Amino acid sequence: MTTLLEMREITKEFPGVRALDRVSIAVKQGEIHAICGENGAGKSTLMKVLSGVYPTGSYEGEMTFEGEPIAFRDISDSEARGIIIIHQELALVPQLSIAENIFLGNERAKRGVIDWRETNTRTEELLAKVGLKEPPTTKVDAIGVGKQQLVEIAKALSKDVKLLILDEPTAALQENDSRKLLDLMLELKAQGVTCIIISHKLGEVRYVADTVTVIRDGMTVSTLDASEGLSEDRIVRDMVGRDMTHRFPEHHRKPAEVLMEVSGWNAWHPQHAERQVIKNASFTVRRGEVVGIAGVMGSGRTELAMSIFGQSYGRNISGEVKLGGKPVDVSSVDKAIHAGISYVTEDRKSLGLVLDETIRFNTTLAHLEGVSSGGILNRNEETRVAERYRDALNIRTPSVFQKTINLSGGNQQKVVLAKWLNTAPEVLILDEPTRGIDVGAKYEIYTIINELAAEGKGVVMISSEMPELIGMCDRIYVMNEGALVGELAAGEASQEKIMSLIVNE
Amino acid sequence: MALAQSDDIAEKQSDSGKSVREYLSSHLREYGLLFALIAIMVFFQVVTDGTLLRAVNITNLLLQNSYIIIMALGMLVVIVSGNIDLSVGSVMGFIGALAAVMMVHFDQPMYVTVVVCLITGALIGAAQGYWVAYWKIPSFIVTLAGMLVFRGLSLWLLEGQSVGPFPREFQVIANGFVPDIFPPVIGETIAGIFAERQVNTLALAAGILAAASLVWIGLRQRARNRAYGIVDEPRGFFIARNAIVAAAIIFITYKLSTFRGLPNVLITMGVLTVVYAFLTQNTTIGRRVYALGGNEKAAKLSGIKTERLTFLAFMNMGFLAAAAGLVFAARLNTATPKAGFALELDVIAAVFIGGASMSGGVGRIIGAVVGAFLMGVLNNGMSIMGIGIDYQQMIKGLVLLAAVVFDVYNKRKQG
Repeated sequence: MTTLLEMREITKEFPGVRALDRVSIAVKQGEIHAICGENGAGKSTLMKVLSGVYPTGSYEGEMTFEGEPIAFRDISDSEARGIIIIHQELALVPQLSIAENIFLGNERAKRGVIDWRETNTRTEELLAKVGLKEPPTTKVDAIGVGKQQLVEIAKALSKDVKLLILDEPTAALQENDSRKLLDLMLELKAQGVTCIIISHKLGEVRYVADTVTVIRDGMTVSTLDASEGLSEDRIVRDMVGRDMTHRFPEHHRKPAEVLMEVSGWNAWHPQHAERQVIKNASFTVRRGEVVGIAGVMGSGRTELAMSIFGQSYGRNISGEVKLGGKPVDVSSVDKAIHAGISYVTEDRKSLGLVLDETIRFNTTLAHLEGVSSGGILNRNEETRVAERYRDALNIRTPSVFQKTINLSGGNQQKVVLAKWLNTAPEVLILDEPTRGIDVGAKYEIYTIINELAAEGKGVVMISSEMPELIGMCDRIYVMNEGALVGELAAGEASQEKIMSLIVNE
Repeated sequence: MALAQSDDIAEKQSDSGKSVREYLSSHLREYGLLFALIAIMVFFQVVTDGTLLRAVNITNLLLQNSYIIIMALGMLVVIVSGNIDLSVGSVMGFIGALAAVMMVHFDQPMYVTVVVCLITGALIGAAQGYWVAYWKIPSFIVTLAGMLVFRGLSLWLLEGQSVGPFPREFQVIANGFVPDIFPPVIGETIAGIFAERQVNTLALAAGILAAASLVWIGLRQRARNRAYGIVDEPRGFFIARNAIVAAAIIFITYKLSTFRGLPNVLITMGVLTVVYAFLTQNTTIGRRVYALGGNEKAAKLSGIKTERLTFLAFMNMGFLAAAAGLVFAARLNTATPKAGFALELDVIAAVFIGGASMSGGVGRIIGAVVGAFLMGVLNNGMSIMGIGIDYQQMIKGLVLLAAVVFDVYNKRKQG
C-alpha cells in the first residue's frame, strides 16, 4: 500500500507548553489508522496541525499528502485537498435542516439561487450511504447525537473526502450507535476512504484499526500493526508508560448508615409541561458507598441529578430529600450546596468551568466563603486552596494561574472535581465523570472516588459505560424512561443483567 | 486607579523566569493602553504648543470627563456581566432634568434633591434590570427601550425648555474646588521656589500621598507574590511603570495646585474608582460577576444567584448614571432636554477601549478609566487644535476599532 499522508517531526509549542515534540506519523492509502494517547498527549493538537486549524508557520515539521508537500493556511485549504476532520464537538447548525447542513458553504446553487431539488436528492443519496433514514428536511436539533454524527460524515462524503479524521466519534454515543458508526467506517474503508480515528475506547480501536499510533506527552511512542495482533494491554502500556493490570483501583468499602434518601421524586419537562421526565424515583446512598445509576442516554439520569441539585432542571418538582435522616431544602443550588450536596456535571466545558478563567478562579468559585471574610477575598488563601487541590488531585499544570481552557479534558475534569470537593460535600453526584478522558486520567478519577468513599462520603456515579459502573460501584440502580426500574448489588451486576432490566421494563 | 493595575499585573503571574519579551507579549494589552495614553498626550502637548498640559486645561479635562468616567465604572460591571446598557445617556439627562425641576421649580433643598435623584436613578436601573434578569429579555432591547422612554421623559419634565440656574451649593458639586487646609505660607514658599503665582499645598500633598501609597501597595503586593514565587514582572518594568504613574500623578496634582487646587469632582471620581476597582477585584460579589459573564450556566450551577447579580449590576448602573447626571447638570448649571444625548456611546466605547469583551467576563475598572481618559484627551486635544467635529468623530471611531482589533489580534497570537 502506498503512503497517503506523512507527517514528519511535527513540533508545536504554546506559551509555556510543548504540545507536540517531533511527532511523526504515516497513514497508508485505504487504511483505518487509530491514534491513541492519554488526554493532553497531543492527539487533537496533531490533527489541528494537519487540518490547518494551526496554520503553516505556527509549527515546525513537514507534511506530505499524496506524495506532495502540504502546508495549509486554514481549514478550507485542507478541505480542498480532501482532508476532512469531524470534531468531538459537532459543527452543525441545529436550526437548519440535514440537507442545509450537509451543503453548508457548498450549496447546490446556480448563480446564488439554491437548487432545492438537487440538494435534497443528493442528500438522500448521501444519507443512504451512511445508513441514516431521515428525510433531508428534518432539522438537525430534532435528531439525536448518534444521527448527527452520521450527518457529519455524510457532509464529509459530499466533499469528495480522501482522508476522513474522526476525533472521538463515539464519546457521546450509546453502545449500538457506536457499533453502527464503526461498521460504517469499515464500509467506507471498503469504498477506498482512508480514515484516522482518535479514540480512548480500545475495544473500538481493535475492532476497526489497521494501524495504531500511540502518542504520549507529545511524542510518538509506538506504531502497531493490526496484522501482527493488537493487544489492549500493550496499547495501554504505551499510552500511560506503565503496566495497567487493573483498570479499576482496588477498594474495600464498608458502607455505613444511610446518608441520603430520596423518595417519591418527580419532575416535569421545563418546556413541555405535560411530559413527566422523572417518575416517582426513590433511592438511598450510604456513607462510604458508591452508588451507580445506569441507563441509556435520555433515560433521565442527568435530569434526576440536576432536579435534586437545587432544581437546576425541570419544573413542578416534588419529592423529599433526607440527609442523615432529616429532610433538607434543596430548592435552590446554593441551598443544595449548603445542605452538603455537590453535582459534578457531565458537560464540564459549558456547565462546569469558566473556561477563560484560571484554575484558581474555578476551584474556589462554588465556595468563595471559604476564601473570604466579610465578602472580601483573600487571594493568597485562594492560591493556597487551589494549589492544595492541584497537588491532591494531580492536576498537571505549570501553575494555578493557567486558564482552564488550556488544560486537557482530564485535567479540566479534575478542576471541576476540585471545585466541588472544596465545598466539603457529604454527597457527590458525579455525572459521567470519565467521559472523554483517557485511561490514565480515568484511573486517577477512580482513585479519587475511592478516597472520597473511604472518607465516609456518599458517591452517586452516573455513567454510560457499564464496565465502569460494575467495576466501581457497590450498588447499581438501573434507570429507564424516567423511572428507576431495578437495583443490583455489586456481586450480581453484569452488563447483561443491566441491559435486560432496561429492555424488559 | 493604578492601585487596581499594580494588583492586576501582579495577579496574572504564571511561570517565573520568563524572558522580558515573553512577559511583554503576554501583558501587551495593559502596557499598550498606558503607552497609548502617554503617546497621545505627548503628541497633543507638542502640536498644541503646550496647551494640553496647562493647569487650566488639565482642570477642564477632568471636569469634562468626570461624568463619562463615573458612568464607565458602572458600564464596566454591566458589560462584564455579559450585558449592555444603552440607556445611560438618557437616564443621565433625565436625572439632571429631575434635579432642575425639583430645585428650580419646586424650591427643594439641594440635599433632598440629590438623595431623591440618586434613589430615582437606582430605581430606574432596577426597573430595567428586572426585565433583563428575571424575564431574560436581552439587555440591548430593554435598555434601547429605556433610552427612548427617558429621553421622552426628560423632554416632558422640562417641557422642552432649559431649566436653571441652580443654587450655588449645587453647582459646587461639579465646579467647586477643595479649599487648601494648609497655612498659606507653605503654598507661598513653594510657589516662590518654582516661580509660580500660587500653589495649593493640599493638592500637591494629596498627589504625593496618592503616588506614595500606590508605590507602597505595589511593593507590598510584589513582596507577597515573591513569597509565592509567582513574580514575573521584570524588576525594570516594575520600577519604570510605578515611576511613570507616580510622576504623572504628582505632575498633574502639581499643575492643579498652581491653578485652583483639587476639583471636587476629582475626589468623587477618585474615590469611586478605587471603590469599584476593589469591589470588582477583591470581593466575592465582584468575582461572581466575572463568573456570571464568563459562563452563566456554570456560575448558576456553582450556587451563584445569577439573576440577582444581573439585577444589581443594572441597579448600580442606574445609580451611577444618576450621579453622573447630577455632576453634568451642575457643571452646565442648567438642565436641557438634549443633555446626555448619545453619551452612552462614549461610555461604552471607553469600556471597550479599556479591554472589556463584548461577550462578558473580561474587563477591568482601571482599563475603563484609562479608556475614558484616552477618549477625553483625544476630544480635548483635537478641539484645541481646531479640528472639526466631523474629523473628531471619525478619528474616535477608528481609535475604538483599532483598540478592539488589537485585543482580538493579541488574543489570537496567544492562541
